[in-house]
Amino acid sequence: MSDHTQNQEKYWQANVRLILGSLVVWALVSYGGGILLRPMLSGIEIGGTDLGFWFAQQGSILSFIALIFHYAWRMNQLDKEFGLEE
Amino acid sequence: MSQFAINLLFVGASFALYFGIAIWARAGSTKEFYVAGGGVHPVMNGMATAADWMSAASFISMAGLIAAGGYANSTFLMGWTGGYVLLAMLLAPYLRKFGKFTVPDFIGDRFYSRTARLVAVACLIIASVTYVIGQMTGAGVAFSRFLEVDKETGLIIAAVVVFFYAVLGGMKGITYTQVAQYCVLIVAYTIPAVFISLQLTDTFIPAIGLFSEHTQSGVPLLQKLDEVVRELGFNDYTADVDNKVNMVLFTLSLMIGTAGLQHVIIRFFTVPKVADARWSAGWALVFIALLYLTAPAVASMARLNLLTTIYPDGPTEQAIQYDERPTWMQTWEQTGLIKYEDKNGDGRIQLYNDTAAFKEEAASRGWAGNELVVNRDILVLANPEIANLPGWVIGLIAAGGLAAALSTAAGLLLAISSAVSHDLIKGSINPDISEKGELTAARISMFVAIIVATYLGMNPPGFAAQVVALAFGIAAASIFPALMMGIFSKKVNNKGAIAGMLAGLGSTLVYIFTYLGWFFIPETNMLANTPDNWIFGVSPLSFGAIGAVINFAVAFIVSGMTEEVPADIQELVESVRYPKGAGQAIDH
Repeated sequence: MSDHTQNQEKYWQANVRLILGSLVVWALVSYGGGILLRPMLSGIEIGGTDLGFWFAQQGSILSFIALIFHYAWRMNQLDKEFGLEE
Repeated sequence: MSQFAINLLFVGASFALYFGIAIWARAGSTKEFYVAGGGVHPVMNGMATAADWMSAASFISMAGLIAAGGYANSTFLMGWTGGYVLLAMLLAPYLRKFGKFTVPDFIGDRFYSRTARLVAVACLIIASVTYVIGQMTGAGVAFSRFLEVDKETGLIIAAVVVFFYAVLGGMKGITYTQVAQYCVLIVAYTIPAVFISLQLTDTFIPAIGLFSEHTQSGVPLLQKLDEVVRELGFNDYTADVDNKVNMVLFTLSLMIGTAGLQHVIIRFFTVPKVADARWSAGWALVFIALLYLTAPAVASMARLNLLTTIYPDGPTEQAIQYDERPTWMQTWEQTGLIKYEDKNGDGRIQLYNDTAAFKEEAASRGWAGNELVVNRDILVLANPEIANLPGWVIGLIAAGGLAAALSTAAGLLLAISSAVSHDLIKGSINPDISEKGELTAARISMFVAIIVATYLGMNPPGFAAQVVALAFGIAAASIFPALMMGIFSKKVNNKGAIAGMLAGLGSTLVYIFTYLGWFFIPETNMLANTPDNWIFGVSPLSFGAIGAVINFAVAFIVSGMTEEVPADIQELVESVRYPKGAGQAIDH
């Protein structure tokens, strides 16, 4: 394998790792905090209800925004690091 | 000035703006028509995507759905936003790098198969047409309520307006009109919400007001709401749900369905670079969130407001006299969207949950049944009146509702027309068509699409709610997995992709039709659509996620048993993975 394709291969692996990590957070804030783990979080009160309700109606959406911007920012770094930016 | 004149002024002014933009942004080439020339700024595209995405359903219906279902309907909030995370990481940047005009373009090239391309075209036309019917009907309702014309006239006005800027401007005209429409709709949605939040909680950000103290009673707003609805026999607003598996699958279906909708995906073809596609998805979600974070606040506050209007002294005291009801109730009664029937003949309005469990309590209070039926779609539209806001706010809501419906309709019509002119005519029937010929074909197919959508909007097939679910199911089970495998796997070949798409699509359709009737014809369903009958408690609307899993599984198994992907296609997959390379969308 040439250096060139090895470089690209590493870039792609880094991208896939970043995606997997982001998807874990994505699932944790929505399916986790908002739905499945809600009974576990019911002890944590917030504004007359529990943390799970907040995740379902506000927290998950705010986390999604943070996730996309973090991904875009990290990918820009990776693009430069591997010399693959446009 | 009368309310009618104010509404006319706001709607007229917003339309003048859209027409002005349409004339300024005419499309001269197919590239401008399909992808707005590929030079749209990522923030601008984010705004246009938000307007493209937020339909009459988001603007008008969603808050009403949440108000009625409480926590259980948070699925819509998470499902219709979480898809953007998938778009940003799994699809948009690579499809932008691929650099062609449509989704079937990619599927046809990547799976080196005309059949695969045609299956994709069929899926997206069914999904987009079903979706556009809802938009046209929504626009018709908004016109008839605020401009006092009948529904058919309203629909025709909507069709003419869309025709004018979409056919003339293509993606370029649509993009800049959508930016303007986003501004109109977000201002219209936010202003009444801020006022109501101030009235109820002294907090001017509705999303924070939702978790603040209810000024009048001194207890948290949501706790107050729970107490009030409990007294009237309803489930607690914040109550947890039992069937969590179904809630997860429904949310997942909405998320991957969102990421698989062609009219959303093609918006990311309009930005200059791969990096812009990623940023743009983030901006789109920011602009969407401005509405989606406010909607749950509007939902709970409007429900509390409505119940305090009916029971001014609290839910355990007497309800309001019918003769003393506020004027906004009278106006909406005329539209038939609020209905009152004095069942126990006491001249008061009893609104409660008429169930077996609450029978005894109701009887002891002398109630003979729920007397007020409020259509949940009017919640957002009537919001300014319920909160006693000035007339111009109502005019603004009218313009906002129309902006939401028209912007989505235009995006969908473009998706349909590009599938017909680019994928069917140029891609299959007449590959030698000239650029000018293709542009004319695109305009003609959009014209035909508008006629069909208007006709179906006037004669809705009677199952509008189900068909929208169908659109998401199809996108989730067929398009999304095919795109994802096309980018992330070099092993999936033409046979695997086609088998996968057909298996995902087929299983989803069969499951939906089993419960909702074959082709939605009433009485042809084989099982009653009740939770007891659902396999493992999975509702037909949640099946898209399972269809997607079936699609992935079948594609990998079939690909494993058949020949390898050709070397040049493997190179194509390589090339979409790295931003470096041809920057501009490929002209062809």
